[in-house]
Amino acid sequence: MGPQLSWYLALSAVLFTIGAVGVIVKRNVIAMFMCIELMLNAVNLSFVAFSSFFQDVTGQLFVFIVMTVAAAEAAVGLGIIITIFRNRESLDVDDANILKL
Amino acid sequence: MDNNLLSLIIFAPLAGAAVNWFVGRRLRNEKFIGLVACGSIAVSTVIAFYLALKSGGALHLGEPGNTTPVFDHLWTWIQVGKFRADFGLAMDRLSGTYALFVTFVGFLIHVFAVGYMRGDTGFYRFFAYLNLFMFSMLTLVLADNFLLMFVGWEGVGLCSYLLIGFYTDLKEAGDAAKKAFITNRVGDWGFVMGVMLLFFLTSADGKPSISFFDQPLTGVTSVFNVIASRNIEAFGWDAIFAGGLTSVALLLFIGAAGKSAQIPLYVWLPDAMAGPTPVSALIHAATMVTAGVYMIVRCSAIYVHAPTALFIVAVVGAATALFAATIGLAQNDIKKVLAYSTISQLGYMFLACGVGAFTAAIFHVITHAFFKALLFLGSGSVIAGMHHEQDMRRMGGLKKYMPITFATMLTGWLAISGIPIFAGFFSKDEILWKTWSAGNALPGPMWSKALWAVGALTALLTAVYMTRMMVMTFWGSERFREVHEDEHDAAAHFKDDAHHVHEPHESPWLMTAPLVVLAILSTVGGLIGVSYALSYHGHPENYIDRTLEPVIAKAPGVAAEAAEHETGPQWLSAKPQAVDGPPAFISLDEHNPGEASHSPEEIREERLLALLSVLIALVGIGSGFVIFRRRPLLQLPRILENKYYVDEIYDAAIINPIKVGSREGLWKLFDVGVIDGVLHSLGDAVKETGKVVRHLQAGFVRGYAAIILLGALAVVAFFAYYGVYALRP
Repeated sequence: MGPQLSWYLALSAVLFTIGAVGVIVKRNVIAMFMCIELMLNAVNLSFVAFSSFFQDVTGQLFVFIVMTVAAAEAAVGLGIIITIFRNRESLDVDDANILKL
Repeated sequence: MDNNLLSLIIFAPLAGAAVNWFVGRRLRNEKFIGLVACGSIAVSTVIAFYLALKSGGALHLGEPGNTTPVFDHLWTWIQVGKFRADFGLAMDRLSGTYALFVTFVGFLIHVFAVGYMRGDTGFYRFFAYLNLFMFSMLTLVLADNFLLMFVGWEGVGLCSYLLIGFYTDLKEAGDAAKKAFITNRVGDWGFVMGVMLLFFLTSADGKPSISFFDQPLTGVTSVFNVIASRNIEAFGWDAIFAGGLTSVALLLFIGAAGKSAQIPLYVWLPDAMAGPTPVSALIHAATMVTAGVYMIVRCSAIYVHAPTALFIVAVVGAATALFAATIGLAQNDIKKVLAYSTISQLGYMFLACGVGAFTAAIFHVITHAFFKALLFLGSGSVIAGMHHEQDMRRMGGLKKYMPITFATMLTGWLAISGIPIFAGFFSKDEILWKTWSAGNALPGPMWSKALWAVGALTALLTAVYMTRMMVMTFWGSERFREVHEDEHDAAAHFKDDAHHVHEPHESPWLMTAPLVVLAILSTVGGLIGVSYALSYHGHPENYIDRTLEPVIAKAPGVAAEAAEHETGPQWLSAKPQAVDGPPAFISLDEHNPGEASHSPEEIREERLLALLSVLIALVGIGSGFVIFRRRPLLQLPRILENKYYVDEIYDAAIINPIKVGSREGLWKLFDVGVIDGVLHSLGDAVKETGKVVRHLQAGFVRGYAAIILLGALAVVAFFAYYGVYALRP
């Protein structure tokens, strides 16, 4: 029988949920960021699972795009984090609560 | 006949007021201001006399049947649908008579005031207001429709307010002015309601109108012609609220009661004595207060249709006459005595109207104008001569210091007391006679006798209190010498004398000349209206009756006489002889109190009553003299002196509840509570909403992330539901 599609989807959902909750709960900006990456990867997993089970390569192509976007967004996001860290001396996201830098 | 001179009568005083207000203030020259003021009234007087008395003029002296007014249609003022009110003047017999004495007496008072107000810093203001008053009064009198008359009506109320409160530094003057205006306004409510109801009724009759005269040029019909075809309304209390002519008559009478100081709206007149004396003479004796009587006589056609209203008018008039006379007996301020005397005499005029003797009422208006203006001006002369002392208890023995004032006031005193041949005798006696013989105009025969008794008692009291006033002022010991402290009345604008006793002095000729003229008029002025019974075979004729008879309504039983435009009295018997005596004019209707039929019994009765009136006057004067010559400072009952506490009762029953209701209810409860409350709660609601919503933008980044997540979940849920359930086949 092998692993069922639903297992992959369940794993993906769990990973996504953990990532989502982590984004909200985590105070450290880097940890928050890692949770975002986790969410993205959960979605990637889901795409790949569908692609494998329906023998359609479109899913894998989409994964490429998502990964590219994730990389770019990581770069930009980290740049922003570094700038904020330089101004506030803190990696706590609750400290970034005003628009003035 | 259109005649543009007529408008000059009212515009000359208006121009005088404008000149005095704008130019007089700069120049501050008393001679100039006085000349302008008196000159403009002189112009009015001359024109009024000319237009009234010329052949073919308003009074139609030679033509008994002609009642055509002199018209002057100035401009179309309001014309909306069927409602038309123009700025048009009309001088007919009634308004011509009024215009004559209003302008003439007004002129004399203006001359007096030039002398009286000498040295006052507001000299220009005074004469501007006084001229404005004459403009308003003449507009009232000469108006050809109710609305324009109301303009004049309000104008005289306004000028009364301005002039009573002339001494702006006196709080009591300001209060009195407000009281006068507000009380007047209560009456004006009645007037306006009456006019509106009248318009409504004439619309119901087919020809809406509020005009007094037929004017074919503008297509207007006289109100009185329109209602002439109605039936006389039945006598009874339900007629009052029925919405017919009785209601109109009573509403108009409320207006008259406010303007002419009858119960219950008389309370402003005694307080109005806080104004300068010429104001009291002009406004509160001779002219403004007679506007109510004028209005009722003008509307005689309405009143003869409403016997209930006439009855109420008569009773209120008689009651006021007696009531005010009792109060006047106990007053110590010379002007207050005259004020209550005015109220009392006005009561006589309304009593006359109430019994249907409208010409007698007008006659009394005229003679009253003469002797009351004389008495007021005389008292002004006394006050000025006594350096603005007004309390009679501090006068006495003035006849040797002010001989001219004394002599002229003597004639006024005799006139008001009803001594023949002075003016007051003929008019008052005619009123009393008409009341006695008015059997059919009142609900029962005993009423006319009862009203006559009230009138006679009032006449007695009038003689007594006037004698008291004269005795306290002019006879006896010189009580003013007994007082030691300085008595500068706050109203005194004379900045002289620091010595203790001020020697009284006679007034300058500017003030005494009008007194002399008025004294002559008070003496002989009554001879224009001698009734037939008292005359020598009809000489002198009753000119007042003859002039005013055709324009005054009698009950509709008489052929077509409720209107203005008919050709003359209907002769029932043979044509009158040209020899002497009034025409043998017999009315068809016994409602007409017997002034037309001169049967020997009636003549004898009238002569007897006249004799009785003279006796009453003599008894009054005699007893007044005897009592007050010996004890001038006799203390009269306190309740009379305190005017039956009517002002206090009004304060407690009406004024204070209104004040408290306004302050607690309208202000605190409604304005602050409801209106401000709504606004405040609106603001509070926005604030509370903001307090909740602001958490959306608290700068809490994790919260933003949570919201994004929730939003995404919501979208997914929506599509899941939509996809799974809604699209299920």
